[in-house]
Amino acid sequence: MGAQKKGGGARVSEDAVEQSRQRLQAILLADSFATKFRPVTLERPKVLLPIVNVPMIDYTLAWLESAGIEEVFVFCCAHSMQVIEYLEKSEWYSHPNLLVRTIESHKSISAGDALRYMYEQQTETSQIQGDFVLVSGDTVSNMPLTDLIQEHRERKKKDEKAIMTMVIKQSKSSQLTHQSRLGTDQLFIAVDPLTKQLLHYEEDKIDHPSGSVCLEKSLLDTNPSVLVCNDMQDCYIDICSPEVLSLFEDNFDYQHLRRHFVKGVLVDDIMGYKIFTHEIHSSYAGRIDNFRSYDTVSKDIIQRWTYPYVPDINFSGNRPLKLGRQGIYRASDVVQSRSADVGASTVIGYGTKIGNGDKISNSVIGNGCYIGSNVVIEGSYIWNNVTIEDGCEIRNAIVCDGVKIRAGAVLQPGVVLSFNVVVGRDFVVPAYSKVSLLQQPTTEDSDEELEYADSSSGTADHLSGLNLQMESKASELGPDGAGYIWEACEGAHDEEWKHSVAPIPKDKLSEITQAIDDEDTDDESVVPASGELKSDADSINTDVNDPNDDYYYFEKEVEGTVLRAVEENIKVDLVTLEINGLRLSYNMESADCAGATFYSMIKLAVDTPHNSASELYKNAASIITNWKELLGFYVKKIDEQIEVIMKFEEMCQESPKELGPLFTQILHLLYDKDVLQEDAILRWAEEKAGADEADKVYLKQCDTFIQWLKEASEEEDEDDEDEEEDD
Amino acid sequence: MDFQVVILAGGFSSNLVPLVSKEVPKALLPVANRPVLSYVLDLLESNNLKDLIVVVEGEDAALKVGGWISSACVDRLHVEVAAVAENVGTAGALRAIAHHLTAKDILIVSGDIVSDIPPGAVAATHRRHDAAVTVMLCAQPVSGPSESGGSGGKDKTKKPACDDIIGLDSLKQFLLYIAKGAEIKKDTRVKKSILCAAGKMEIRSDLMDSHIYAFKRSVLQEVLDQKPAFRSLKEDVLPYLVRTQLRSEIFSDQNNVEENGNGNGKNNMQNNEVVLSQILSNASLPSFHQVYESGLDSRKTHKCCVYIADESKYFVRLNSIQAFMDVNRDVIGDANHLSGYSFSAHHNIVHPSAELGSKTTVGPHCMLGEGSQVGDKCSVKRSVIGRHCRIGSNVKIVNSVVMDHATIGDGCSIQGSVICSNAQLQERVTLRDCQVEAGYVVCAGSEHKGEIFARK
Repeated sequence: MGAQKKGGGARVSEDAVEQSRQRLQAILLADSFATKFRPVTLERPKVLLPIVNVPMIDYTLAWLESAGIEEVFVFCCAHSMQVIEYLEKSEWYSHPNLLVRTIESHKSISAGDALRYMYEQQTETSQIQGDFVLVSGDTVSNMPLTDLIQEHRERKKKDEKAIMTMVIKQSKSSQLTHQSRLGTDQLFIAVDPLTKQLLHYEEDKIDHPSGSVCLEKSLLDTNPSVLVCNDMQDCYIDICSPEVLSLFEDNFDYQHLRRHFVKGVLVDDIMGYKIFTHEIHSSYAGRIDNFRSYDTVSKDIIQRWTYPYVPDINFSGNRPLKLGRQGIYRASDVVQSRSADVGASTVIGYGTKIGNGDKISNSVIGNGCYIGSNVVIEGSYIWNNVTIEDGCEIRNAIVCDGVKIRAGAVLQPGVVLSFNVVVGRDFVVPAYSKVSLLQQPTTEDSDEELEYADSSSGTADHLSGLNLQMESKASELGPDGAGYIWEACEGAHDEEWKHSVAPIPKDKLSEITQAIDDEDTDDESVVPASGELKSDADSINTDVNDPNDDYYYFEKEVEGTVLRAVEENIKVDLVTLEINGLRLSYNMESADCAGATFYSMIKLAVDTPHNSASELYKNAASIITNWKELLGFYVKKIDEQIEVIMKFEEMCQESPKELGPLFTQILHLLYDKDVLQEDAILRWAEEKAGADEADKVYLKQCDTFIQWLKEASEEEDEDDEDEEEDD
Repeated sequence: MDFQVVILAGGFSSNLVPLVSKEVPKALLPVANRPVLSYVLDLLESNNLKDLIVVVEGEDAALKVGGWISSACVDRLHVEVAAVAENVGTAGALRAIAHHLTAKDILIVSGDIVSDIPPGAVAATHRRHDAAVTVMLCAQPVSGPSESGGSGGKDKTKKPACDDIIGLDSLKQFLLYIAKGAEIKKDTRVKKSILCAAGKMEIRSDLMDSHIYAFKRSVLQEVLDQKPAFRSLKEDVLPYLVRTQLRSEIFSDQNNVEENGNGNGKNNMQNNEVVLSQILSNASLPSFHQVYESGLDSRKTHKCCVYIADESKYFVRLNSIQAFMDVNRDVIGDANHLSGYSFSAHHNIVHPSAELGSKTTVGPHCMLGEGSQVGDKCSVKRSVIGRHCRIGSNVKIVNSVVMDHATIGDGCSIQGSVICSNAQLQERVTLRDCQVEAGYVVCAGSEHKGEIFARK
């Protein structure tokens, strides 16, 4: 099949005309495979959540359609029925220019699974013909795509390996919170400034919580100039070649588009696939990833950055609102009291009633809402059919469909009220709480947990049952309220403010400033005051990303083998067989084997419980005596023997207290057991003679031994000569 | 007093044995029959930097260098020669001459540079940004010594490996990161804090530090005082300043500065300087340093700037034998505007007092010093021959440097070699990629390749 595919690919690249006539296709993932919008997403898929009164997926589809995409595969997973139903009802199914197809899979728990599923489907029906656009259904953008696709195709024609173009956009993350406007963690990418090839991709916190970005040496060897950017935002809009799908198929462990796929491609130099970036300057692109980006993108829409996808234009069958001064969008049939004060940047949907003395600013209010008198709404998102009774105060909150907020209730900043929640009279919902009629799943398996897993099966029953339970049980929101306040996940509690709709409070900011100061002073301790850069680098280098990686792993494996051999008393030749196998697979020299084997043996001796140095010596002696054959197998040559001595010295340096004093004794033992020959020891001593003083510690320690050896060898030489003469 | 220039002229560099000797310290090695130091002095003079301190390692060497300077340019420049102990490192040398430093900014130039990059531009950049330190960077030679395969020989193993990894901001004004020596063999680790502050960082491995630095004197002296372990400017002081640029410790304790006797005027002056630097750099936007400072109070920053030399400029440091050969070849060849001589129509310089035998040819890119004699049927190509040399007949000299007063017997063939002054080659010696120490005598008829002739 692979060959067949290749043939297909070649034909396509030959026939440019055919390619350009190819349909422009897109895959739209109608599932974020994340849980950031819980509890709201338990009842409705994320892509159908309204942003400025229009479901997110409509923004994405409208943009794809106007950008010239002809066919979209909507991949539905969580709440797939709702998505499909919505699409069927909407005008997208009958759109003249855009063919919308839905693909449903419940098995997928990640973007990777989704694409693998697509790949499997593809082989049956060959849906994806060429390059395609990969977006998620929560993307709001107005960037043009055709040129970019063309650019991608041309690059692909020149370089077979350029399989993906990733859209990035300038956006400087905050210096204090290290968070972008969209509430995502800051991103570090490295790009070749000329070709725009992506060389490194690193999300803060997730990958390395360390204070530095690490670029591999090979990267700089091949690229004289590398641009490391911190001020870019990943738009999660990708132009992909069909190879991307097969890559997902080949690497079944790729889940996340960025964390696994992009990093995987960057690391893998066998296939040599390349990813390129495209920076957009004048157009808009943003992905609604969390509540903060929901807030940011909403504001951008209201400020018309996303034109033509703004509330006063009908782009997806939405009823356009009327734009007034100060960025106030209002439906024509809004009933607004004269005494109500509607401030700047506010959207008010159809059939909404606004009572006396209300103060509303920077907020979005959906259709069919009823807002009583003297209500204050600031920076909040009120969805459809919400009832807010008199005297409520709502600041920086998201209020979903059908919610009732009884008189005098207060929503503190950052509150999210899921569908049909009722807030009791005069109840104060504490800041950042998330309230739902559904109980919080008691067992949070992991972040990867499925949205549909507990919802699509259970939601319906739940909901029907809920009405009964409501009065009796769910009264965490005051006596006449309904809903459960969700506990923040462990550990995430402190982070709640980061991803909330509410702006970051002042005291948090000053806290962070303080933290940064501390952090930097921590850094200071890493940076050596004396300016000896070497030690700096060394201290960093203790982690696994050593250039000697291979050797490190090899050593570990050998250690395991030897340990097992000692424990189970395996025959020496079997052990050598195994170590030889390791040697071949790690491409090591036999001197490395000698070093590693010896290392394992001494390590074993050290790890065996002992109380004194003499006991340790006994341990070592017994192991060496028992396994000298094994060691002997690898130390036939002088070089290998020297390697063993060097290794031993190294180990002694690492644990000078334990092993250090035994150096001579063990060396002597090795000599006695014929593991080491005197030539090797003398050669080692010679080599070491020129070393730094610090390196000579062990040489000095065994000075007398070496002296003795020298004399002995001289005598022996004489003896030899004598013998020869005798012959 | 404006800029004070410190020329670090070194002493008897061990890299250049046997070319250097007790008689000839590194600074006085001839490049196209002029001491290498004269190129630096000319360069500085042409930039109107005339207040110079030449720092030489070792008393003997200092005497030699001082002697040459007083004879050569005492009338044009104001030069002080200071001797420091050997092997104190560049930072140590500056520490030793600290009492000589009085100007507000110090320009530090390595004494072994042959270049046409204006140091004045570095000084200007330094002033414009009110930087703590400004470093001049130039393009790394693309693939080691170009052309002249013959001279390669010994250094063929030398890879054009990069020496420095340098991180610049997006406008290429500031130095954000620098890795040197052993560090570059490892993965590059860039601090997130500086990345966040600057937004973008371009990491270049095709630039190299050219050993011309401008320091703010107060900064330099404070660092040298505070960190007695620092030995080298390039490897200790500069990386330290770059590393700490976002949390500068240098100006943090004003008391310390005041104790130094510079008084209270300092504070005011610094404030004025900030304003001045803003005006000078003509920046409508504050630099990221300022933004960072304003974002986090109680945080001081200092700026580390760069001046990137144009790629067309010539720059070589005479720090190896290979470099010595290259410089000599280039100065009478590709970069002949540096030599200060006027070339003949044949692209060579033959001193009028030099005597050429019959059928002797001196090719292009050659130089023949005053009073030298060349016998019959000789051929000289791409080589520099010093003053008062005696060259016999049938001698071939290609890609080589022959210093003053050398004697070369009949029938010798010399390729890619250096013959130091007063050395003698007897008849029919064949040398290829060799270095002959001053005053050494090579026996007749011998044939050598890649050897060093020196008295042990």
